[in-house]
Amino acid sequence: MRSFIHAARIAAVLFCALTGLAQAETVEIRIDNFTFSPAEVHVAPGTTIVWVNADDIPHAVAANDKSFRSKVLDTEEKYSRTVAGPGTIDYFCSLHPHMTGRIIVDAGGSQGSGTSGPAGH
Amino acid sequence: MAHQPSLPADEIDTGRRHALKCMAWAGTGLVWSVAGGVPLTAGLIGGGAQAAPAATKTTAPVNPGLTFAQISDSHVGFDKPANPDALATLREAVAGVRGLPTRPAFVIHTGDISHLSRDEQFDAADQALKDLGVPVFFVPGEHDVLDDGMGAAYLARYGKGPNGKALGAGWYSFDHGGVHFVALVNVVNLKGGGLGNLGEDQLAWLADDLRALSASTPVVVFAHIPLWTVYPEWGWGTDDGARALSLLARFGSVTVLNGHIHQILQKVEGNVAFHTARSTAFPQPSPGSAPSPGPMKLPADKLRGALGVTTVTYRQKAGPLAVVDATLG
Repeated sequence: MRSFIHAARIAAVLFCALTGLAQAETVEIRIDNFTFSPAEVHVAPGTTIVWVNADDIPHAVAANDKSFRSKVLDTEEKYSRTVAGPGTIDYFCSLHPHMTGRIIVDAGGSQGSGTSGPAGH
Repeated sequence: MAHQPSLPADEIDTGRRHALKCMAWAGTGLVWSVAGGVPLTAGLIGGGAQAAPAATKTTAPVNPGLTFAQISDSHVGFDKPANPDALATLREAVAGVRGLPTRPAFVIHTGDISHLSRDEQFDAADQALKDLGVPVFFVPGEHDVLDDGMGAAYLARYGKGPNGKALGAGWYSFDHGGVHFVALVNVVNLKGGGLGNLGEDQLAWLADDLRALSASTPVVVFAHIPLWTVYPEWGWGTDDGARALSLLARFGSVTVLNGHIHQILQKVEGNVAFHTARSTAFPQPSPGSAPSPGPMKLPADKLRGALGVTTVTYRQKAGPLAVVDATLG
């Protein structure tokens, strides 16, 4: 019985470790044609969001609540930020504020909006 | 360099007592003439060139009056395929203004002087603009406030304005030749999902600035992003622009000069004439005609035709307003 409990504990630790690894994934948001794509992502706490500017005009990422603001991103430049959460982060391009995006941080950790790009880059 | 257009490409008549004409050549710029308190002839079209005027009083029926030029969106530092050398085309625009038959009293630059707000880009732009040989009055574009200080670099360089009285993010006014000029800043403190922004402080200042002027004073307002809503889907407008325009509604002659959209668009609404200038760096698509407002890449031999200089002539007359645009391309 004791060995069973011990094995269960090890399994739990392993599970948590694996879950932790999964939560520490990276999600890429491409800025293309003056659009954040995907415009809305659903991620787990601890996820690193990487914005990549694919336009030949600079953009910048700024939170609506002013909690963060990237430097200006020229073509192919990146900005990354790890989100804690849970919660919703609304952001926009500080050069072109009609460009908006949303990050929803919850335990689910799955991307939303149905147009998610590949994660883990 | 300065090339004369062969034929007008477009002509619009509207009911207004001033004549306004535009034409284009490589580079960019608007040349305005104002005399006797009413926009008058610049003599830039049809061979009526006049000497560089001195400032005239509002009541003086003096001809020539005031001529000035507008340069916009030079984006010095831009090196993408749409124009690998934006500094070179700015220099061409400067040469075009220098070649005008009427030497402008000054030049206004309606923003996006630099591409990324870097010192070396501002330096290069300043060096090129110095060749104009006349004062240059600036407003910032959103590309000029990208430094860590969010506009501190622009303010350090241009923030005093022409008379040391610039306020806030760099707005100011001045009088020249009987015309009241107002330089507005609508590229700072932008809100997510919004358009250009003037803000309460600037609007309060504008109301105060205009208060003492008689309604017959010609007013020229310039800012980077169009003050009128051109195409909100691409952010081409100013959220509180209508409030500024309402403060200008009592004036008999208001001219609003903007940049940002890298193409000529114009309209006349009541006594207000709106005009956006071409860029010296690269063209952008007409509203809604492309997936995004990003730079348009044209064949190399077409680029300068899309940049184009616009000259504008006001003529005092009883007839309708004539607006003529032409490119070389």
